[in-house]
Amino acid sequence: MHDKTLAELAAALGDGKVSSVELTEHFLRRIESLDNRLNSLITVTAEQALETARAADAARARGEAGPLTGVPIVHKDIFCTEGVRTSCASRMLDNFISPYDAGVVERFKAVGCPVLGKTNMDEFAMGSSNETSYYGPVNNPWDTQRVPGGSSGGSAAAVAARLAPGATGTDTGGSIRQPAALTGITGLKPTYGRVSRWGMIAFASSLDQGGPMARTAEDCGLMLNVMAGFDERDSTSLERPAEDFNARLNTTLKGLRIGLPREFFGEGMDPGVARVIDEAIDFYKKLGAEFVEVALPHSGLSVPVYYVVAPAECSSNLARFDGVRYGYRCEDPKDLMDLYMRSRGEGFGPEVQRRIMVGTYALSAGYFDAYYLKAQKIRRLIADDFRQAFEQVDVILAPTTPTTAFRLGEKTADPVTMYLSDVYTIAVNLAGLPAMSLPAGFSEGLPVGMQLIGNYFDEARLLGVAHQYQLGTEWHQMAPAGFE
Amino acid sequence: MSLSQEQVKKIAHLARLNVREEDLDTYARTLSDILDFVEQMEGVDTEGVEPMAHPLELSQRLRADAPTEPDRRAHFQRIAPAVEDGLYLVPRVIE
Repeated sequence: MHDKTLAELAAALGDGKVSSVELTEHFLRRIESLDNRLNSLITVTAEQALETARAADAARARGEAGPLTGVPIVHKDIFCTEGVRTSCASRMLDNFISPYDAGVVERFKAVGCPVLGKTNMDEFAMGSSNETSYYGPVNNPWDTQRVPGGSSGGSAAAVAARLAPGATGTDTGGSIRQPAALTGITGLKPTYGRVSRWGMIAFASSLDQGGPMARTAEDCGLMLNVMAGFDERDSTSLERPAEDFNARLNTTLKGLRIGLPREFFGEGMDPGVARVIDEAIDFYKKLGAEFVEVALPHSGLSVPVYYVVAPAECSSNLARFDGVRYGYRCEDPKDLMDLYMRSRGEGFGPEVQRRIMVGTYALSAGYFDAYYLKAQKIRRLIADDFRQAFEQVDVILAPTTPTTAFRLGEKTADPVTMYLSDVYTIAVNLAGLPAMSLPAGFSEGLPVGMQLIGNYFDEARLLGVAHQYQLGTEWHQMAPAGFE
Repeated sequence: MSLSQEQVKKIAHLARLNVREEDLDTYARTLSDILDFVEQMEGVDTEGVEPMAHPLELSQRLRADAPTEPDRRAHFQRIAPAVEDGLYLVPRVIE
């Protein structure tokens, strides 16, 4: 049962072959018996999940079920869930029982998806390995000595290990795509503004975007159909007509123009990753796609630009955690300043504090022009490169990450080395484009992800291009040993 | 760019972060590394380039100036560290 995709489970529910309660119990048992090897969940919400499952079965009996009614999922612990701890993997919010639901959580509730639990992540989504979590690192199911990537590492590991058929994630600089690549699953970061940020704890507001993580492109489309849509409570939410993101799954790829950015195929890429991506290119050629080399000359600056823009926005967003209204408060503050300083100093972990300090510095008087303004100017050049590329091609293909999953502890001592593991994903966030990662093969037993980048609002095309690949390959069906 | 421990202390204070003495050295090193890394931006010609604040260049939506939020103070204060009579408690500010 757990080896089935979301689409298959939805069909089994529709045919009455299984009930939502049975499915939910099955996945809860898997979590119970297997997650001690992964640490992919911070909170398991068994009772609420079963209650939703019973309601979903009843709705189905009344003929009121939608496509995903009754299919269990997990939410990244960055999405506020009413009455449930929403920790953002931080000591700061270890005691935070959210008083409201995020827009994304509301939408899955309305559909009737039981929520099995809240997934582990890098603290406040700041990290590329899930090692900054207050609740400890997540292990990669393909090799438990290695990281699953981050920041949506718990969501990725849970889906890869078949503990849940689908998960929500968020992607500020690669936090859906990079862990999807390192764990061999499919993940989609939508166009900025597609998915409501209401109740999604903010890291860098001009970059943050929620999206689906599942085993296949089709499943990601099913989830995005639930997640996407206008929300007036999010000031940057897109007002666009509803669309079926799976409408183009069966569109032929004959004549499709795929761009290969030469800057993404240079030094630093692992030869095993390069081989897998070359094979994927050959596959698409056989389906009739045409390849065109494109230039993204400013993309090499995306990591430095990101590490000014994202920390600047984070220093502002995380100012709300003051020890006064909710979250962690230090013991016996001697005055108000002491309350702020110690609540924040004790409540935030080192990487979060580091980024708040970088942002504070970059925004401080005398440095604003040299850092923040300069970064926002180069950001436009990066976005313009993509605009020009998409005049020549329909989608862009690249590796998702330069290497496969690295070892736990391998990059924690040197932040800049860690930051560079997002070198192929960050430019997309700066430009606000949609992009996905899908499994394309293995290098030395570890999954390799292929990245597909689309033009604004082109999620349906991306999902179609990914689906056609998955119809002819089996990489997305591989399960890690011990989790089959 | 090399930040001193004193500069780190000043930045930490601006950010209202109590950094322990024994951590100052690591922060000074890693923050300096990050600032060195982002210095690559300096070499880029951005003359006449408009800063990009938002990926889609949309203008801010406006709404009618009418109350939209119900009063949920009691609900929200249930998770506050310290409240009394509907007020959030902090250490005395004015003697």
